[in-house]
Amino acid sequence: MGLLSKKDAALIKDPLADNNPITIQVLGICSALAITAELEASIVMSISVLFVLGVGNVVISLMRNIIPSKIRIIVQLIVVATLVIIVDLVLKAFAYELSKTLSVFVGLIITNCIIMGRFEAFALGNGPWRSFLDGIGNALGYAVILIIVGFFRELLGSGTLLGIPVLGDPIEKTGLYAFGYENNGFMLLSPMALIVVGIIIWVQRTRNKALVED
Amino acid sequence: MGLKSNLHNLKEKYKGKKMAPAFNALHTFLYLPNETTHNGTHIKVADDLKRTMNTVIMALVPCLIFGMFNAGYQHYLALGEIEASSGFLGSTFWTWDNLVVGLWQVLPLVIVSYGVGLAVEFLFAVIKGHEVEEGYLVTGMLVPLIVPVDIPLWMLAVAVVFGVVIGKEVFGGTGMNILNPALTIRAFLFFAYPTWMSGDKVWVHGAVERDQMIAAGENLDAISGETILGAYAQNNSVAYDYWDMFWGIIPGSVGETSKFLIIIGALFLIFTKIGSWRIIVSTLIGALVMGLIFNGVVDMGWIGDSSKFYGLMSVPFWQHLIIGSILFGAVYMATDPVTASQTNKGKWIYGFLIGFISIMIRVFNPAYPEGVFLAILLMNVFAPTIDHYVVQGNVKRRMKRLKVKTA
Repeated sequence: MGLLSKKDAALIKDPLADNNPITIQVLGICSALAITAELEASIVMSISVLFVLGVGNVVISLMRNIIPSKIRIIVQLIVVATLVIIVDLVLKAFAYELSKTLSVFVGLIITNCIIMGRFEAFALGNGPWRSFLDGIGNALGYAVILIIVGFFRELLGSGTLLGIPVLGDPIEKTGLYAFGYENNGFMLLSPMALIVVGIIIWVQRTRNKALVED
Repeated sequence: MGLKSNLHNLKEKYKGKKMAPAFNALHTFLYLPNETTHNGTHIKVADDLKRTMNTVIMALVPCLIFGMFNAGYQHYLALGEIEASSGFLGSTFWTWDNLVVGLWQVLPLVIVSYGVGLAVEFLFAVIKGHEVEEGYLVTGMLVPLIVPVDIPLWMLAVAVVFGVVIGKEVFGGTGMNILNPALTIRAFLFFAYPTWMSGDKVWVHGAVERDQMIAAGENLDAISGETILGAYAQNNSVAYDYWDMFWGIIPGSVGETSKFLIIIGALFLIFTKIGSWRIIVSTLIGALVMGLIFNGVVDMGWIGDSSKFYGLMSVPFWQHLIIGSILFGAVYMATDPVTASQTNKGKWIYGFLIGFISIMIRVFNPAYPEGVFLAILLMNVFAPTIDHYVVQGNVKRRMKRLKVKTA
């Protein structure tokens, strides 16, 4: 990596696997369960969090020396809320249908533990460039899990990907459906998202025993 | 030399290798191994886990055989080819034709259930390098008994993989599971493929197929096999009398219809001390109490016959025990020693709540008028909590006694 020093590159790479915000730190689970029934919603949610966390980390990092520590949570909340409102309005303007699917969960990015967690743990103590990388890295780690879960839930639950039927038509009985295949309704229910995340955690910890804590 | 020594030789050959658990399991399942210890005195106990499991299976066999006959009987009865059987020994029930349909429909369920389930068990034993656990022997027998006869086999296979892996193996295998694996499998099927698990078509073999033929334009009469609970939930009249329900010549999941054979199985389990009579009795008491409350609500006139709950609420309370699968659940599911409460007082609470909640879900669930499996799974989750408080209560009482004595 010529562009980034080794230390900086780790900021992006670590959250993708061994320090993943969802599977290792178990943060941001709420939205991972709520909006992953469709791949498209997962992707849009990921991009929203990417924007909010990337920009938010930089803003907090720039202000870190002038924020009185007693009211830092309030300042952080104002920064997140501002960014989330921007995302929300952009979605309403350019992707209205999708913003309805995501409903309150865009607003709930404000309370997403990953964001406050990164502000507290990283941006308050590091410079803007490193904070930016950290924000991007953690948002990508969040995105990876959301997209994996969304992929399986939409594929097995609705037989589509990004709204495009890939397994045939369930009403006309083409493709896989001709053989008696049926969509798995359980996949569309929230508990299944928890189970899929659980399976990802299981696979990850089996591959890397160092992650197993007791 | 016979099979036993062959298995023994295979076992010796693979000792320490990856596949060893698989051969060990086959060997000890069929025979008593030759190895004996050479020093020290050991107490030999015959009722090990395999013996326990086999006893439960023996108690289930009558239900399975009855289920096969019933599958054929319901099929031909719905087609109008035979007369309704009068009583348990009716001439049109125990016929060869019925059994053939039953074998053809039910045996594949049994084979898929055992084949897939044991394959998963063996796979995990080989990966994790421990002995194969016997836990699936009973689960594999229960699964075909608690699904509708026409369930597609691939769905059953998917559900069995899910149930064994998520319901049991992730927790560490047999004895560590929180949820009853057989009910996990049923719950998976119920939530994943609701059209195959509820409604008035799936309970009788051929009804779904007949529907498809009619949809394709053939001139046939639709056949339906509404369950009794289904009829009550729609405020319809029920075409079966109490003896039909007791003997079990009614539509339903494969093995749960005959209350008569379940009671025999229950007595067998209680007599051999495999099943806990406390759980069975308290479950039935819980169901009766909830039934009485609902009857009371109807008697007080708090709910009119226009209410959608009227049909199920006005069922005489004792009748709740002979319709639906409450009895099967109480005898074979709730008593699972791993997932039930361990303390005697805890068993009473655990069982009572299962019965109570079962009937509550049965009446109020708008999508599916039965809730035994949901109630048992729910109480499986709470069983350790119940035990905790029973034990703590006991500790507190004895501490008090100690204080009085020493004071």
